[in-house]
Amino acid sequence: MENFEFINAMVLLANFVIVPALSYGSQLALATLSLTIIYGVLRFSNFAQADWMSFGTMATILFTWLFQSAGINAGILPTALLALPFAIIVTALFCLLIDRSVYSFYRKQKSQPIVLMIVSVGVMFILQAVVRFIIGPNDRKFFDGEKYIVHALDFKNYFGLEEGLTIKSTQLITVIVALVAMISLFYFLQKTKLGKSMRAYSNNEDLALLSGINPEKIVIVTWIISSILITTAGVLYGLDKSFKPFTYFNLLLPMFAAAIVGGIGSPIGAVIGGYVIAFSEITLTYAYKKFFVYLLPESLEPSGLMQVLSTDYKFAISFIILVIVLIVRPTGIVRGKII
Amino acid sequence: MTKFLSCTNMTGGYGGEDIIHSCDIEVDRNQIVVIVGPNGAGKSTAMKAMLGMISLKEGSLILDGSDISKLTPQDRVAAGIAFVPQTMNIFSELTVEENLEMGAFLREDNVKETIEEIYNLFPAMKDKRNQLAGELSGGQRQQVAVSRALMTRPKVLMLDEPTAGVSPIVMKEIFERIKTIKNSGVAIVIVEQNAKQALNIADFGYVLVGGENKFSGEGQALLNNQEVRKSFLGG
Repeated sequence: MENFEFINAMVLLANFVIVPALSYGSQLALATLSLTIIYGVLRFSNFAQADWMSFGTMATILFTWLFQSAGINAGILPTALLALPFAIIVTALFCLLIDRSVYSFYRKQKSQPIVLMIVSVGVMFILQAVVRFIIGPNDRKFFDGEKYIVHALDFKNYFGLEEGLTIKSTQLITVIVALVAMISLFYFLQKTKLGKSMRAYSNNEDLALLSGINPEKIVIVTWIISSILITTAGVLYGLDKSFKPFTYFNLLLPMFAAAIVGGIGSPIGAVIGGYVIAFSEITLTYAYKKFFVYLLPESLEPSGLMQVLSTDYKFAISFIILVIVLIVRPTGIVRGKII
Repeated sequence: MTKFLSCTNMTGGYGGEDIIHSCDIEVDRNQIVVIVGPNGAGKSTAMKAMLGMISLKEGSLILDGSDISKLTPQDRVAAGIAFVPQTMNIFSELTVEENLEMGAFLREDNVKETIEEIYNLFPAMKDKRNQLAGELSGGQRQQVAVSRALMTRPKVLMLDEPTAGVSPIVMKEIFERIKTIKNSGVAIVIVEQNAKQALNIADFGYVLVGGENKFSGEGQALLNNQEVRKSFLGG
């Protein structure tokens, strides 16, 4: 039965490490893309990003409730996916309102990036208050529709294994939506005139002005794209787990870690960074005891949990990676700008 | 008779003391005008004034009969003035072809033809079209910079030290290309450190000293002028 032991170990790993890390990585990648695009084009580290994620998700939940009360649903898919486009519009409009009333003032003054960063901390507090005021600080689940694609019990019975593999529908939706969003974004940046002008503006602002590129238009498009990405990321995360403003705020550190690991300002780097952080977090906090029990002969079986770090230290991993990258390779994996 | 672009009596600076004083620069189509002078003479400042990148206290700027002195730099680009800065003059993270497309950003018509024309002018660009502009050699980057500016099909092309930091062979090539561009009907203004070579291809030259017009005349005449030679052409 040596062979089955190995398969059981692999299924265990897939169920508790690979599948969750893939979906968490996709959510993080989208959120990081949003952060990195703001950094690349508007040239500041947006600390309000995690709370934009809360705001966008909150808007989605409100629309979801509205649809549910009107009896509209998406069948086996979560109603939130129907609400998402509307929530994106609301989030983008609110983003632009904040930009007009706050950021544009500092842009006209040609303020240093550090000033804009501090301003974004102010915006962060405002957003936190707005979100708590409207929907409250509690944990909310807004998932409906079909919950599982592959259920552990069915999997076990079907293959006759001891371990089961669960794939939640939200996990599959996450990976598909993230993939579509990433491909569309890269197509937009690489192939369309507007996307190219965004890259040009990010690369050399003065020359972009000399070429007749309108900076105000670039700023508006940047906020809209950023809203699309961050709202989508927030909704996918919320469907997969749950929505709680404080949990969302805590995602700020992994987001920045991912952006810097990948190379800040680089969209490809953001995607790589998102998955690197997600896989590190989950592989380092998973207890491998059962995994080794399957693989090793009885005499060598571990007695401890075989866990590198307790899950309580999840955020420490992002932080450690962040520090190591800043010391060893400050430009990140894909050569980005040095902050 | 007024020239195609006529900038007269320009006085101003960066906000503090005036850098240029009653400076005149005029250029016609099919003409190369070179501005030379010692370091700190206000050559680049004069060019920036013509582009609207600094605000002037006095002076009139007339392009093809219309006043452009109130226009922003972007509007002057739309009016037909193209500018190649001395540094940071390419989109280094974009490919050569994307640099050209960005140069034509304001144009709504098909730019493929203009891109082909530019590839004929700079054949090296065609081979490197999909390479990042930042990965090219100094001379090739300069070609990308000039090409980007040409994409608007400008009436006036302004170049700020196009041969700074390139080898003499590349310098010669760049000047040859500028002559070709001139023959297509463009008015060209060049600020140059390499005064001798630049005056050689110039139809008209201005010598600025201390922000004022010191000498002006046809390129060859300036080269032969004893006083100009002595003061800064090195004998």
